[in-house]
Formats: sequence, structure tokens, C-alpha cells
Amino acid sequence: MTANYQLNHLRELESESIFVLREVAAQFENPVLLFSGGKDSILMVHLAVKAFYPAKIPFTLLHVDTGHNFQETIDYRDQLVERIGAKLIVGSVQEAIDSGMVREETGYNATRNYLQTAVLLDSLEKGKYDAALGGGRRDEEKARAKERFFSHRDEFGQWDPKNQRPELWNLFNGRKQYGEHFRVFPISNWTELDVWQYLAVEEVELPNLYFAHERKVFRRDGMLLAESEHLPRRPEEKLERMTVRCRTIGDITCTGVWESSAATLEDIIAEVSMARQTERGGRADDKRSETAMEDRKKQGYF
Amino acid sequence: MVNSLAHTELLRFTTAGSVDDGKSTLIGRLLYDSKSIFEDQYEAISQTSAKRGEEGVNLALLTDGLKAEREQGITIDVAYRYFATPKRKFIIADTPGHIQYTRNMVTGASTANVALILIDARKGVVEQTRRHAFIASLLQIPHLIVCINKMDLVDFSEEAYNKIKDDFSGFSHRLDVKDVEFIPMSALLGDNVVDRSSNMDWYGGSTLLYALENVHIGSDNNFIDCRLPVQTVIRPYSDAYHDYRGYAGRIAGGVFKKGDKITVLPSGFTSTIAKIDTYDGELEEAFPPMSVTLLLEDEIDISRGDMIVRENNQPDVSQDIEVMLCWFNERPLQPRGKYAIMHTTQEARCIIKDVRYRLDINTLHRDEENKEVRMNDICRVLLRTTAPLLTDPYRKNRITGSVILVDEQTNETVAAGMVI
Ligand SMILES: Nc1nc2c(ncn2[C@@H]2O[C@H](COP(=O)(O)OP(=O)(O)O)[C@@H](O)[C@H]2O)c(=O)[nH]1
Ligand SMILES: [Mg+2]
Repeated sequence: MTANYQLNHLRELESESIFVLREVAAQFENPVLLFSGGKDSILMVHLAVKAFYPAKIPFTLLHVDTGHNFQETIDYRDQLVERIGAKLIVGSVQEAIDSGMVREETGYNATRNYLQTAVLLDSLEKGKYDAALGGGRRDEEKARAKERFFSHRDEFGQWDPKNQRPELWNLFNGRKQYGEHFRVFPISNWTELDVWQYLAVEEVELPNLYFAHERKVFRRDGMLLAESEHLPRRPEEKLERMTVRCRTIGDITCTGVWESSAATLEDIIAEVSMARQTERGGRADDKRSETAMEDRKKQGYF
Repeated sequence: MVNSLAHTELLRFTTAGSVDDGKSTLIGRLLYDSKSIFEDQYEAISQTSAKRGEEGVNLALLTDGLKAEREQGITIDVAYRYFATPKRKFIIADTPGHIQYTRNMVTGASTANVALILIDARKGVVEQTRRHAFIASLLQIPHLIVCINKMDLVDFSEEAYNKIKDDFSGFSHRLDVKDVEFIPMSALLGDNVVDRSSNMDWYGGSTLLYALENVHIGSDNNFIDCRLPVQTVIRPYSDAYHDYRGYAGRIAGGVFKKGDKITVLPSGFTSTIAKIDTYDGELEEAFPPMSVTLLLEDEIDISRGDMIVRENNQPDVSQDIEVMLCWFNERPLQPRGKYAIMHTTQEARCIIKDVRYRLDINTLHRDEENKEVRMNDICRVLLRTTAPLLTDPYRKNRITGSVILVDEQTNETVAAGMVI
């Protein structure tokens, strides 16, 4: 056989993800795709569109909305949903606060990020979803490095990292008891650089937040944060106008922005290849303790 | 920038070694020297190292992810690591030693192109080494790289290296491994990992990274026997695609071409490939591991679990299957027990009709007397399935030749099997 029968790494990752997405459609009755508006969930939607072409994607989109978004994220989300003809469900943290289901943090470092877990689990239960597709990647964080593609959750939505099912070849065991569900991570094996390279090759349209733009920002704990009505500043935290971009997009209160002049996907790829910090280095939620991510995941976080 | 990617291949490898042979250090070293470690990660592990009173930065901390692991200083589950060079992207399945070892190594090995087997140069080939090499051969990992580590502790001695190399070769030729390479190194100091060692001029071979970048993986897939396990049927139900009926799946073997005559199993119906479809347009041919959608000339009844193959090259269709099993669960194998079985995209039930023998993986002795199979044991069994499975021998195809068994009460994956 000649050497031509070899996929490059992006096509091989694409094929693996499509395989996983199709397994989810086949093995579960009511799967939902967790859409945050970030690049990883945009990638996941793009792959899902490819996996089921020319049919529509067989997943409802679920956005857990903290109410503290960049407006650009919401605009992008609504356009995307319309373009692919998917159904969107919004789980609202604001409503959960209003109804007393969760209590809001107070103070300067207050974030609604932790409240998302309760709202997510509540939305999954209400919709009777038996699988939730997430855009988590194993290269993001050390606890995620041990995550399976098909990750079993008990009836409380909890992850038991010490007792995971072995996952071999491409045989994914999605069997479960009534009331339990699965988190599935089709892009587990992609790195941040893979994601950007692929989005560039595929010419996927992205929210402007990912590209360099001018914005009022301030410094806190070595990070740059965007000015927002949802983010009270301490007296010494002065606003500056800077050219920045986001490397991840999450809740505005804990998503750091980075000084950058990267205006195109090519610029971003060059920047990411040279980057000396992980993308999560800009997330205040991971900085709370050394095992912040593992602790949140055990409770049912994304 | 983007175009230069066209040639970047993906290579998956797994690491094996006894506790303290230096697996975590070696991976940390590979990541660090290939500049795949970020400042904040490095800072976090230097802080942790300092907090624990270790001298220098402990690169092993990079891979020891979960809280319990860092507290106990051990690795308890398979962790995946990533790094890339301009030539290749690498996925490392870092599989820990200890009690669960066989289970973890088998898991990591199931998708690997290459296995790194670590040996402590002071200790040489030990029982564990034989076990690792055997698992690598059982799982048919195409390439082995034996990393003779801690050479700094044996004065970088060529003699020590040669002795280990001879010992290893002495038993590995009895195993089913084709491609073995030996590299003397010091993971701690970095000798022959990414950079050539200046302490071992007698060694003329390549560094570990060079070997990983250049090992030939182009023929690791089966390109001969055409197999497409159907995952799902794509029916758009839209006006534009009214009669569209696509069979979606990932090619498990062979090269399918438009116009090929095919047979659908188990029904045996035949047809011709009308179109190989993808979102990016039609393809003339499809090969592993591509995910595609096949459209056929004739309307035949096909559903998930069926397999599309070439007319004159078919897998075995049988309800009686001989399998090498690795047992993963704390509850021992139940002779004549019933389990769910998953194979490609098919699911059935099976009964373990007979345990032929239990294998002692240290001596390769086949025990036909004591056939109680416990966690981490390997045995040969005869399975009887409720529906015919469409299998190839695992040696011929790792995808169509593999199965897992699932406990029907707990839904846990209790065993992995390779069709003989
Ligand atoms: N002198 C020396 N020590 C090493 C070398 N590689 C690893 N070590 C040490 O061996 C111990 C065990 O290493 P570790 O990477 O945790 O082993 P693992 O259990 O296989 O992951 C640590 O103290 C390492 O610093 C080496 O090449 N030379
Ligand atoms: Mg270790």
C-alpha cells in the first residue's frame, strides 16, 4: 500500500470526534449538546453538523446562561442556532437565583460560575436528557486529563474519578441505570492549537471577541478583566484602554482577556504556538485552589 | 502555517514500567524539552515541589493529576498527555503501575501505535518487564521502544546496556512483536530523550524523540480487508434530500471505492457503492480511520450493527467465538455467566461457555487446572453469543477483532477481549 492512505492529524481528530458524536446519537435516547458560546462548543457544533450531514443535528443545544455574558456571545449563539436549524434551551442562573434555588456570591470576586452546576443539573433533569455533550479537552487541565470520552454520572450528576470505566479501542460503553446520565467529550484529544488550526482550515466563523479589539480593562491577581456592570471594581483597580482578545469565553466575571494584536486566525495560531501560559491561566475559577477543577467536576460541573 | 500541517501525523503511544522506573519523569522531560509545558503549569509544579521539600522541580508532577495521586505520590489512572513537534502530534496514554496495572496498560495499549517500555538500568529486565512486553504483543502494538533508563546511575555503561538488550531480546523473540528498538537514557538529566547524550558516545542510535518522530506508522491500519460497521443511518427527511439514505460509520479496514460491489452482513444482500459522501463533498475512496457516509445503488434494509464489506472478502460470522480476555473487575469472572458484549457497533449478550486456560503472564504458562479468573488476569475463553458477530482475528484487525464485556447489573466494563 502506498503512503497516501494517511490522514493528517486534524483529519484524524475530526474523524474520531465524528465517530463519537454518531455513537451518542445511536446509543442515547435524548442527548443534549452543552453550548457555551466558546470556541470549543463552536467546534463541537461544527463537527456535529458534519457528522449528520445532510440531516440536521440530532441534538438540542443547552446554554447555561449566567446572565453575565459578553453580548457578542449571545448574538453569535442566536445566529448559529438559526443557521443550523437547531433547538435551543436556555438554563438561566438568574431565574435560579430569583426562585431561591441557588444563592448568589457577594464581594469583589463574586462569580456565578459555581452556580452553573446546579442550573446545569436541574436543566438536565427537567429535559430528561440522558447524555450531555461537552467541549472539554484533556489538555486543558490536569483533572480533565483523566476524563473518558463517555463519562458516567450517578443520579446526583457526580463524577467518580477513581472508579471510571476502562475505555478501550473505540468501544464506548454508554449503558446506565435509570436516572443516571453520561457526559460525553467528543473533542477530548484536541489541544488548544489543534482547535485553532482546524477552525482556520475549515474557515469557521467565530465571535469577534476572539480577535484583537479595543476594550476597557483592569488588572486583578495578575489577570486582565473586561469592564462590566457585573464586575464591581476595587478603588485601586483603574480602567485602561487596551487591545486585547479572549482565549476562552466564559462568564464575564471570571474570563480573563489577553493583550494581543492577533487579528486573524493565522495570527492567533502563531500566538498560541508561542504562548507561554495555558488558556485556563486566564480563568479565575481555576485559581481558587490547586484542585479547583477536580472538585467542581466531581460535583457535576462541565 | 496552516498548509504546513498537511503532513503532520498523529501518533499514539503508551508508557509501561514498574513503579519508580521513571515513567512520569520521562513524560515530563519529553514535554519540557519539546517546549510543550506552559509557564503557569511549570510554576504550579515548582511551587508544589518546593512545598514538599523536594530539591529541584519534579517533572513527574506534570502527569500526576488527581488529588489522591498527588497526595500519595502515585499515578492511579490512565492520563492522557499531548505534545507536538512540526512533524507529528503525539498522544501519550500514561498508564500507572500498582495493582490495577494490567487493566490500565491494556486500556492505554488498545489504541497505541508505539509502546515505551521502561527498564531501570540498575535492575535490568525484571518480571514486570516481561509482563509489559507480553501485554504489548497481546494488544498488537506495532512498535516497541525499550527505554533503558537511569543510565546515569550505572556510569552510562555500554556493558550494562548490552546486557539488558540481550536479556530482553532473549525472551521477546518468543512474543509476537515485530519492531523493537533500544535506547539508553536518563530521563532525569535528559540524556537521549530529546537531546543527544554526550555521556554515551558508544551509542550510535537515535534519541527517543527522533525515534517517535520517525517510526513508520503508515501501515499500522489494515488497508486490505474492507469493513464498515454501520453506526447510524442518515435520513434527512427534508424535501431537498427526500430519498437520501446514508450509512454512516468509521472505516475499520480496507479501501472502499465508488462503484465497488459490496455485501451487507449479516443479511448477505449485495449492492454497489453509489456515493461516498461527506459534508465536504463526495470522495472517490475511503480508508481507515475516516468517518464517512456510504450511499448504495439499491434500497436494502440496513441498520446499526450491520457491516458493509467486499463481496469476496468477508469476516467470520459466528456465535461461537474464541477470545483472549483481560479481566478488569473486582468480581471474578463467572464461569457460564452471562454478560452484555459490545463489538464494533453491535451489541449482544453472551455466555462464557468455557475457560480454556488462565495465562500466567510472567511465565506464559497456560494453567488448565486453576481457572479462577480474577481482576487483572488474562485467560482464553469460548463465548457463545445471542446473535452472530462479524469478527476478524485481532491480529488482522484491531477494530473488528476486539470486544468488551459489560456486567448487566452494574453496567461496568468488566473485560476486554481479543478474537483469536
Ligand atoms: N538518577 C535518575 N533518577 C531518575 C531517572 N528517572 C527517574 N528518576 C527518579 O526515579 C524516581 C521515580 O520516578 P517517577 O518518574 O516518579 O517514576 P514512575 O513511578 O515510573 O512514574 C524519582 O525520584 C525520579 O526522580 C533517571 O534517569 N536517573
Ligand atoms: Mg508515575
